[in-house]
Amino acid sequence: MIDETDRHIVNALQDEFPLASRPFAIKARELGIDEDDLISRVARLRASGVVTRFGPFLNAENFGGGFCLCAMAVPQDKWATAVDIVNAQPEVAHNYRREHRLNMWFVLAVEDRDEIANVARRIEATTGLAVLLFPKEREYFLDMRVSA
Amino acid sequence: MSGRERSLDALDRAILEATQAGLPIVPEPYKAIAERVGVSEVEVLARLQAMLDRSVVRRIGFAPNHYKLGLTCNGMTVWDVDDEKVDALGEMVGALDFVTHCYRRPRHLPDWPYNLFAMAHGRTRAEVLEKRTRIVELLGAACRSSDILFSTEILKKTGMRLARRAREEASCSD
Repeated sequence: MIDETDRHIVNALQDEFPLASRPFAIKARELGIDEDDLISRVARLRASGVVTRFGPFLNAENFGGGFCLCAMAVPQDKWATAVDIVNAQPEVAHNYRREHRLNMWFVLAVEDRDEIANVARRIEATTGLAVLLFPKEREYFLDMRVSA
Repeated sequence: MSGRERSLDALDRAILEATQAGLPIVPEPYKAIAERVGVSEVEVLARLQAMLDRSVVRRIGFAPNHYKLGLTCNGMTVWDVDDEKVDALGEMVGALDFVTHCYRRPRHLPDWPYNLFAMAHGRTRAEVLEKRTRIVELLGAACRSSDILFSTEILKKTGMRLARRAREEASCSD
């Protein structure tokens, strides 16, 4: 369980983590808690999986890379194998199961955007299932921060 | 793609590689990274600031697990919107306070007629469906059909990993 202080921390640390020698001390002051307390809470939030990542988030498009949303229709009897194969690809940044005929949705993140098609073909060849590509044609809004 | 292609040099890559598993959760995390990479803390801070300035790094902070925050319902709402109107309407859908991302993507006819994707989060399915009705109202007659795909499981969530090249360079600098 996370308490009220943890929720404040999650809200305060979703972006703009300070670039300074003692960043936790700066944030702790803003939150009105001790640096030690903040550090132990952040460690606990990471360990318990409330925070899945903590650090710099890359914008691959700004160094020649790219992202692509992909979907597959995986039959039940091939599900476990398909999960293993897709998750084993280092290019798969995240993968969700969704309720639809297209039941597996994952995002490829590559350093060279020409690699997207190759990775998709590799997954198709290994799983024997079609991979549909849903590249972003236009971004209207992106802000993954949520209120904890 | 607009603008000049930017690239990462060996030190940028080494710093990013050293932070991929996460910033060290210690009082001086950048100093710890600097020691790992073999440069000064000042250099690490300057490099990260420069990568933020040119948007190679989007942000530095947490990625929360929505499920563990009680936001257990994540509905990918998808819409078949008139091509003439999708950009203007997409901007409006993206501006709704509960939408965390909103994109135009290609259709895959005949099975997948949807070109507008908007992600909505909530504590219950009812809450997400209620939010979805606001998009229905906004799109009006420009929307021919729609669907919502609830997620039932996070299968993987690691974020982007730099590929082999990064690991080789990082190991050279060890």
